[in-house]
Amino acid sequence: MSERITNEMFELLPENEKNSEFIAMESKTFLKDAWSRYKKNKLAMVGLAFLAVMVVLSIAVPMLSKYGFESQNIEIKNALPSLEHPFGTDKLGRDIFVRVMYGGRISLAIAFSSAFICLIIGILYGGVAGYVGGKVDMIMMRFVDILDSVPTLLYVILILMIFGNTIPAMLLAICFTSWIGMARQVRQQVRSIKEMEYALAATVIGASHTRILLKHLVVNAIGPIIVNLTTMVPSAIFTESFLSFVGIGLDPSIPSWGKLANDCRDLFFTFPIQIVWVIAAISLTCLSLNFIGDGIGEAFQTKKR
Amino acid sequence: MLKYIGKRLLLGIFTMFVLITVVFFGMKAMPGSPFSRDNKAIPAETLRALEEKYGLDKPVTEQYVVYLKNVVRGDFGISISKKGQQVSEIIKLRMPVTAKLGIMAFVFSVVMGIVLGVLSALTKKQWVNSVITVFTTIGVSVPGFLLSLLMMVLLAVKLKLLPVVGLNTPQSYIMPVLALSFSPVSSITRLTRSSLRDVMSSDYITLARSKGTKEFWVVVKHGLKNALLPVVTYAGPLFAGMITGSLTTETLFSIPGIGKEFTNSISNRDYTLTMGLTILLGALVIVMALVSDLVAAMIDPRIKVDK
Repeated sequence: MSERITNEMFELLPENEKNSEFIAMESKTFLKDAWSRYKKNKLAMVGLAFLAVMVVLSIAVPMLSKYGFESQNIEIKNALPSLEHPFGTDKLGRDIFVRVMYGGRISLAIAFSSAFICLIIGILYGGVAGYVGGKVDMIMMRFVDILDSVPTLLYVILILMIFGNTIPAMLLAICFTSWIGMARQVRQQVRSIKEMEYALAATVIGASHTRILLKHLVVNAIGPIIVNLTTMVPSAIFTESFLSFVGIGLDPSIPSWGKLANDCRDLFFTFPIQIVWVIAAISLTCLSLNFIGDGIGEAFQTKKR
Repeated sequence: MLKYIGKRLLLGIFTMFVLITVVFFGMKAMPGSPFSRDNKAIPAETLRALEEKYGLDKPVTEQYVVYLKNVVRGDFGISISKKGQQVSEIIKLRMPVTAKLGIMAFVFSVVMGIVLGVLSALTKKQWVNSVITVFTTIGVSVPGFLLSLLMMVLLAVKLKLLPVVGLNTPQSYIMPVLALSFSPVSSITRLTRSSLRDVMSSDYITLARSKGTKEFWVVVKHGLKNALLPVVTYAGPLFAGMITGSLTTETLFSIPGIGKEFTNSISNRDYTLTMGLTILLGALVIVMALVSDLVAAMIDPRIKVDK
């Protein structure tokens, strides 16, 4: 066959057919897609908005207000809410609004950083256990089981007593076993994803273990991991506030939310309104985090679309 | 099956051993001693006599070996901060208070949770479902001690319906039990609802209905029996947690139970009492986890315990 392909054999596409294979839908990345689904969830958006407001207020209010969180004014102690003091004042005449926001700074900072620490430890530990498997996996998981059966209260108190009532000790106490749930979940995910073709494909083209673990397995397990993360933040807020509330948590000079609630306990019967502000702050924050978690969970569930 | 139980028990004993070791040396690593808490200067002579009496003058490793030997024989020693009282006696004194409250709260949580769960899974009325959803969302996400505080403000301080603290009258059990059950009720409701919904849409439910079984028995015998599995796995550890007491509830309502004794013993550096209570709590948690796994296997034969 001596037929050659010449230019005359080609002809221009008519103008109206030029874009016939264009896909009208904008191409979306995984995260963009999830976000567009998240936006449709009203409760989740409300939660996100509340959390954002809370974070901004807790940073800005103590900076901008004319009252410091420690400035006392005995003449106006136990004042009811007014324009001057939106939440009223406490037993030493300190502005409760400023104190609640300042407490939010501490409690939120502790909660987010402990969740972050647990995230890192959980991903590494669970990732390695699930990826390597076999004996290593068994020993690692037995160790986790043992750690898990220690009564929470016990090690929390031990840690706080040994290292003092400081913020780093509190972080250690919260993180000591909180990463376990995350590690178990990551392990589970990694074990199932490991068997998928793309993990095999990555091995075939010579990717290193670290690369497969971090670039392929963890990225594909990200949905449940983020959902787990959003449950970790409120439970950290809870642990910190409850310990400080009972009086074994942070140093009394650090006005975290739990400490504020503890402060109001003496005046519980005479001025119950004072404690309500702190309760509202903690509860609403936890509630919005819960909504955010549900929203993210639904947004990442690609199968159910 | 027996082999599996034996294996779990062996692992449990090993866990207890690790737990005892860690807590023992952890306690010793804490600054302060049982005799220095009042900031009173104790004459050196007295201090030495005291330390000799409790065996605290020996090296820590030797103390550890002696303690382990005693525990194996079932002797938990005498409390240091409460003059001459046996640790086991203190447990006997405090345990009933905590356990009574815990069992009441446990029963309430399970019954209430299952009833609400079934109700919201089967109801056709949207508002019933919404009310239950709102309730469970709050119960799951808001820390329990805050809800207890709110309840105290409302019921005891504002309306003066219930006594605030103590356990002197039957009514005074209401608030602590409610406080303990807020979040478990919500969790059990959610678990029951989602699994019952799944089960009710399966083929054997349709079969049971087409046989002409009464709807009540369809739900209870065919639906619930299969749907309660996640509740059982949740209930085991919950029971362990509840009968060992909650520090917050006991602090809030001034209840002299195990949780409070535990915290006090640590701040008093009462080594023997802390160790005794640790062993109690740890053993309960381990045993209850095993029990709930076994019950789950009994309900659902598909679960193989010895995998």
